[in-house]
Parts: sequence; C-alpha cells; structure tokens
Amino acid sequence: MHIQLGAIDYAILIVYFAFVLGIGWALRRFIKSGDDFFLSGRAIPAWVAGLAFMSANLGAQEVIGMGASGAKYGMMTSHFYWLGAIPAMVFVGIFMMPFYYGSRARSVPEYLKLRFDEKTRGFNAITFAVMTVFSSGISMYALSKLLELILGWDFNASILVSAAIVLVYIFLGGLTSAIYNEVLQFFLIVLGFLPLILLGLKDVGGWAGLTAKLQTVATQAGFAPGAWSSSWRHLSNAHANPMGVEWFGLVMGLGFVLSFGYWCTDFLVVQRAMAANSMSAARRTPLLAAIPKMLFPFLVILPGMIAIALHVTRGGLLPIGADGTPNYNLAVPVMLGHYLPTGLLGLGLTALMASFMSGMAGNVTAFNTVWTYDIYQSYIRPGQSDKHYLRMGQAATVFGILLSVAAAYVTTRFNNIMDMLQLVFAFVNAPLFATFLLGMFWRRTTGHGAFFGLLIGTGVAALHNGLVLPLGDVPGIKGGFLGTVLHTYPSEMAQNFWTAIFAWTACFVATIVISLLTKRNKSDEELKGLVYALTPRLKDRESPWYKQPATLGVIVLGLTVVLNVIFW
Amino acid sequence: MKLDVRLPIGMMFTLLGAILVVYGLVSDRAIYARSLGINVNLWWGLVLLAFGAVMLAFALRFRRRAVMPPE
Repeated sequence: MHIQLGAIDYAILIVYFAFVLGIGWALRRFIKSGDDFFLSGRAIPAWVAGLAFMSANLGAQEVIGMGASGAKYGMMTSHFYWLGAIPAMVFVGIFMMPFYYGSRARSVPEYLKLRFDEKTRGFNAITFAVMTVFSSGISMYALSKLLELILGWDFNASILVSAAIVLVYIFLGGLTSAIYNEVLQFFLIVLGFLPLILLGLKDVGGWAGLTAKLQTVATQAGFAPGAWSSSWRHLSNAHANPMGVEWFGLVMGLGFVLSFGYWCTDFLVVQRAMAANSMSAARRTPLLAAIPKMLFPFLVILPGMIAIALHVTRGGLLPIGADGTPNYNLAVPVMLGHYLPTGLLGLGLTALMASFMSGMAGNVTAFNTVWTYDIYQSYIRPGQSDKHYLRMGQAATVFGILLSVAAAYVTTRFNNIMDMLQLVFAFVNAPLFATFLLGMFWRRTTGHGAFFGLLIGTGVAALHNGLVLPLGDVPGIKGGFLGTVLHTYPSEMAQNFWTAIFAWTACFVATIVISLLTKRNKSDEELKGLVYALTPRLKDRESPWYKQPATLGVIVLGLTVVLNVIFW
Repeated sequence: MKLDVRLPIGMMFTLLGAILVVYGLVSDRAIYARSLGINVNLWWGLVLLAFGAVMLAFALRFRRRAVMPPE
C-alpha cells in the first residue's frame, strides 16, 4: 500500500528544497576563509547555535527511531531524553564548554591534541570520521527505504537527490549554511509533526484514552498494564518491561556513559557550540538546546505510542514483518498517512525529509572539519595556505557524501536503527567520555594514559560484545562472535548499555593506572585553559543572573525532574 | 549576523501557510475524513502563516534597527 501524494504535496516539498538551496546560495559570498567554512567565523548567536545543536542530532535515529522505540517500548523511551540527553547537555554547557571554547580548538580531536598528544588526536579523528560516514549513510538508507516503502519512490533516486541537496548547500555555505538550515529544519519538524500528534491524541481520547489503550498493548505482550505508559515504575527487574533493562543498567549505561559520551564528546553537536559568538553564548548553546529537547518526547515518541495503541486495539495499523512482529520503523510514516490529508501530508513528509537532511548535514560538516584539520592538515599536507584547506574542506564535503552513499548501501542488517547506532557509540564513544572527564579534571592524566586507556576501553567494548548475546539471537554481528557466550541479556538494548558500562570503566581505570606509571608530557603552564584546576574561573557575575549558564542549567534540570515525576 | 536566519524562515512559512490556506479553501471536504472531519489544511495553514509573519516581523525590525545609525 502506497500513500498517494497530490500536486500540492510536491509543491510544498519543492518550496522547502528551494529554500534550503537558497540559504546555501545566499551564504556563499561570506565564505572567504577556512574559519568561515568550518567554524562559521565564530559568529553565531546563542539561540541559533542552540537550535542547530539540537537539530543536528535530529536525524534518522530521532524521528523514525524514537517513534519506533515509542511503539516497541512505550514511555520508557523518554529516558533517552529525560535521563540521558538533558543532564548531559547541562553538563557540557556548564563544565566542558569553557575548555572547548576557551582553548580555541577547532574540533574535538584538536582539543585532545592540545590536552594530550598527537596519537590520541589521531585515534579519535580517524574513528570519528569513520563513525560519521556510517551515521550519515544510515540516515540516507533509512530515508530512502522509507520513501520507497510508503511512496513508491525509487530507492536510488531518493538517495541521490537527498545527498545532492545536502552536498550543494554545505559546499556553498559551509557550517553557517548547515546551521541556518538546521534552524529552519527545526521549525519545520516541529510544525510538520505537531498536527499529527494533535489529531492522534484527539482520536485516541487524549492521554487518558491513550493510557487505557496501552494497557491492552502491555497485557497482550505479557507485561503489567502500565508497562507502556510509565517510564520508571517497571524498572526493578529487566523482565518486567519491554526494553529488557533494569534501573542500574539504564541509569549507568544510558544515563551516564552513553549520553554523556555522546553529548559531551561528539564533535557533531559540539561543533555547533564552538561556532557561537562568545564564551557565554557557547555555554548557553547546549542549555538553550535542552529546552526544546525536553519537549521532544511528545513530538517523536508519542506518534509511536499512538500507533501501537491503534494497532493493537483497532487491528492491523502497522505492517507485520517477516519475523511476525510489527514493523516498528514504519510507525511514524504510517501515522502520517493515517491522519494527514493531502496538503498537510506534504508538510509532514517534508518535515521527515528535513529531519534526515539536518542529521546528515551535521555529519557532513563534522566530517569535513575533522578530515581537513585533524587528518589532512596534520598528517597528509601540513603547512599549506588557508585557501588550500578551504578547498580541501569543500572537496571533503563531496567525497564525504560519496562515502556516505556507499555506506547507505552497506546498511541493511538491523531491524531497529537505534540499536545499531547505540552499538557503534558504545564501542567508540563510551570509553571516550572517561578520557575527557579525566583529561579535564585531573591534570596528572598523561598522553600515554589517555591513548592506551582509549584503546583498552574500545577493546573491552568489543570483547564484551563478543562474549554475550541478546536473548533469542544467534551469534553474529549482534554479539557472541568470539565463539563462547558467557551471558545472555534480556534485550539488545540491555546488552548495549552494559557494553558501554564495561568500556567506560575499563578506560577510566586503565587511564588512571597508565597515567600514574608514565611521565607527564604537558606542564601546568601548557595545560592552562585545558584543565579545570588550572583555568581561571569564569566571571559569570558580569551578566544578569537570568542569563548565567548556571541559572539556566538549574532551571532545565528542575523541569526535567518534574517531567520524570509526572510520567513516573 | 551576516544574514538574519529569521528572514528565510519567515518567508518560507508564510509561503507554505498561504499555500495550505488556499488549498484548504478550495479542496474537496471528503479528503478530511482521515483528519477526523477537521479542515486541517486551512487551520494549520493559518498557524504557519502566523508563525511566518512573526518571524518576518522580527527579521524586519532587526534590520531597520541595524540600518539606523546609533543615537
């Protein structure tokens, strides 16, 4: 069954394409130096950087994956926001941004070079570049597969068109173009999906009607009636909730390691804050981003929950996959076709397109910067003119996108995109947060400690994953690839969380031990501005209290606690 | 800012809102069966139009202020 689009839907899509390309075109004359292309000349106001900060992360995994998880796991999916993202965003704004922005590093790997040494930077730059290309490929794959499935569009044509548009607007306008478009895309995503939520909620009888229907979903799946509509209540035992996790694995694995690892060290998001026009704006960027982020579960998780409620109580809304379970990834697109008439349907699909593009653009701008500054300038052709590196950045935009297209064709194995991304992040990002934490707050951490700690952490992640398996899976890419299975987790999610916990702990301990055994390679003087104890305190008091990052952070955290309590 | 980001945002949403409002007025009522009988194109078009207008107003006010010399 394909959703039929009318001329009006295509008109809306074309208006959107015209505007994203137009923004790139309008910004092209401002691109004169490498700084303009890679860092927006550090001239972006806080609110723009903040919306871009959240929008860059709003790719395939967010709209489709969160909707899918909302259907599969219910309200517990909100932990990705209210337990994971928000506290981490507050932490990066208040505690880490002073070092990122203050050090004038142009990228996260470059910070590692300043703080530790060349090899740590090289390791991070290369793993990050690979991961970024894959993330972007996953987005593209997901988008094109969806469009093929729901609209009957040609898979190859969708991949090439979406890639070409992102390519053109970044090539022309660099990071500024990506950021401006991310802000536009942010509003489009909100205004495109909101009618879906309003209609869906009206249809199921509001929150009360939805929870009543979700009780049927939960009992049919063999859980307590509230399992789909509460976030914390069924976490005492991994077998009592659809996600298959218990509170410790969730809080430590998702809340602490994975979320802090992602939001605090992933250059994709940090780059937006680095482009801010002042230290204060850079620190407020993640905090301002946290405010809409906090409300996003209602926009991206609710459609999935409504979809599963209708699927179970009214029968057969979601297509059934080959393994007999509903195809959760289709929850959001099916809902679009279910409620939106032609006209608004075009807007909804454009919003979906916008989310994929913002995510992809985030990956591409992060990739071209890391490639140009941290790989090309450092190891391949150092000492060239700024113009040369600017050209390289534009070339990297082209081949970065070509590599992503290649990656898109490789990505076909996982049922839930989110699980795969979590797995990749677990291997690479989980140990990284231990390195940053020690690097920023313990001056004794050495270059050797950081580098070998990271290697050991990543190795432990792979080792752990190779020796365990999610329930009901056969050894292979999902785990158990080392031959023996020592432990079986109730779900893939639980396994990912524990992989992250093991990786982080291994890196943390190894970095401390190796640092104590090796000589310091940076003096206190060199570490000024890079380590907490050696950096002069920022004088927040100069700005009015309501503009201070700490005030904003406290407000954001307070509201998050309230949300957790309401949906307990 | 070199280019006020609110300007293209305001322009795009005003245009999209106008398209939806006009379509909402001329479209066949039968297509609104799936949106619970509500003419969502018309109503949401008005919302987009209002949002676009607010963004444009901000962008234009900012521009006028930037053009005028400081007193």
